[in-house]
Amino acid sequence: MTRSLSIAVIDYDGGNLASAARAAARAAELSGLAASVRITSSPTDVREADRIILPGQGAFADCARGLESAPGLKDAILTATRAGTPFLGICVGMQLMAERGLEHGCTEGFGWIKGEIAPMDAPSLRMPQMGWNELNFTRPHPLTEGLGAAPHGYFVHSYALRHTRPETLVATTDYGGPVPALVCNGNVAGTQFHVEKSQTVGLQILANFLNWTPETLCDVCL
Amino acid sequence: MLKLRVIPCLDVKNGRVVKGVNFVELRDAGDPVEQAALYDAAGADELTFLDITASHENRDTILDVVSRTAERIFLPLTVGGGVRTTDDVRRLLLAGADKCAMNSAAVSRPELINEAAQKFGSQCVVVGVDARQTSNGAWEVYTHGGRTPTGRDVIDWCREVAERGAGEILLTSMDRDGTRSGFDLSLLKAATQAVRLPIVASGGVGELKHFVEGAEAGATGLLAASVFHFGQFTVSQVKATLAEAGLPVRPTPSFFQAKPRP
Repeated sequence: MTRSLSIAVIDYDGGNLASAARAAARAAELSGLAASVRITSSPTDVREADRIILPGQGAFADCARGLESAPGLKDAILTATRAGTPFLGICVGMQLMAERGLEHGCTEGFGWIKGEIAPMDAPSLRMPQMGWNELNFTRPHPLTEGLGAAPHGYFVHSYALRHTRPETLVATTDYGGPVPALVCNGNVAGTQFHVEKSQTVGLQILANFLNWTPETLCDVCL
Repeated sequence: MLKLRVIPCLDVKNGRVVKGVNFVELRDAGDPVEQAALYDAAGADELTFLDITASHENRDTILDVVSRTAERIFLPLTVGGGVRTTDDVRRLLLAGADKCAMNSAAVSRPELINEAAQKFGSQCVVVGVDARQTSNGAWEVYTHGGRTPTGRDVIDWCREVAERGAGEILLTSMDRDGTRSGFDLSLLKAATQAVRLPIVASGGVGELKHFVEGAEAGATGLLAASVFHFGQFTVSQVKATLAEAGLPVRPTPSFFQAKPRP
C-alpha cells in the first residue's frame, strides 16, 4: 500500500504560499505521486511532514521575524530537518538557510548553509534581477535530474548568498558574475529562483524534491 | 545571462478577455484562463492581466480569474487595474498574482508604493506609468487610462517610484498605444537611463522589429497585446527575431518529464 506523501508548506506570513502549494501539488500529480499539501504554521504538522517547503518573499529580516513569531514553528523545523526530513527553501526561504542576512540590519538565519545574504554586486545591471536566467550546474544532484537542455529559472532578487562553501553549490546563475542559484547540504536544499513560477523546469525540480531520498544529513543540522 | 521577457497582456473586463484571437482549439475564447494557458505553452515569459472592469461591484471577478489561472499556469503573473489599497494588493497576491501594477492610485497617493513594498516586498510592486509627450519634448504622467493629465514629469516620477520601493516600472507610451508604429524609444532610453529598476516597455508594437528596438533602448520586458491576440505573430516568432538580432531569449521549455522513481 502506498501512503500519501505529506507536504508542509510553511505559513509565516511571508509571501506566495498558495503558489508554492499549488506547484507542489501539481508536481506530485505530474509524477504520479499521491500527496497531500498543507499550508501550515503548526509545529505538529511540520514535525510529522514527509517534506517541508519554506517559501519566502520580501525582506530577510521580516521573514526571519515571521518565523520566530509562530510559537514552536522554528524549533519544529529544526527538529524535523535534524531527523532527516527533506527541506526546500524558495527565494527568501533559501536565503534564510544561510548564517545571516544583511537586509534591514543583520539577522541570523538557520545557519545550514555557510555564508551570508548580501546586496548583489552588479553595478552595470538592473536591480532587482527580474526574469529568467540560465542555471549552470556545478555538480550532478538528484534535484536537477531530467531538466533538459539549457534550463532557466525565474529570479526576482537584489540580495544573494556570498562566501559560501563551494561544495554546497549545485547551480549558479550569471548576473554580473556567478550567483548561487541552487544550494544543498545533505537533506536541506534551497533555490534562489522561484521554482513555483519556473514552469516545467520548476515543476521538475519540485517533483525531484518529492521523490528525493537524501543520502546524507545536513552536517550543520546535527 | 538574464533573458529578455516577452509578455503578452490580456485586457480583462468582467472576467472576460476583451480582445482575443479565436483560436480553434479553445473551448471558450473569452476565458482569460484558456488564453493564458495557450501563451504559457507558446513560451511567454510572463503574463499580464489588465482588469478594465468599469464598475467596482465586478472587481471580485478578477480574483476568480487570477485564482483559476494560478492553478494551471506556473508562470509569473502581473495584475493591474483598479489597485487602490494594500488590501487590494493582498487579495490579488492571495489569489495567486505575483505582482500588482498600480497606476492612478500611486499618483494620487504615492505612499501606497512604500506601504505595499514594505508589506509584501518590492518584488511584487509594479508601478504603471502612462506617458504622453509634451510640446517641449518631455513626457507627462497621465492617469485613468490616459485621460487625466497630472502635471508630473515622467522621468521624475520614475525616479520617485524607484526611491519609494517599486520593483519594476511598466512604462506605456499613450502616444504610441494602438498605433502599431513601435515603442517610443526616446522615452524608453530616458527612463532606463534615469532608474536602475527593470522597465517593461508597452504601447505601440506593430512589427517584429519593434521588439528588437525596445530591447536595444534598454527595456528588459517587452509587453504587447493586440499583435498577439489578433494572431499577427506568435511569441516564438518574437523570440526568434530577438535571437537573430543577438539578444538573449529563453528557449521555449520542453515538456514535463518527471517519472516516479522505482
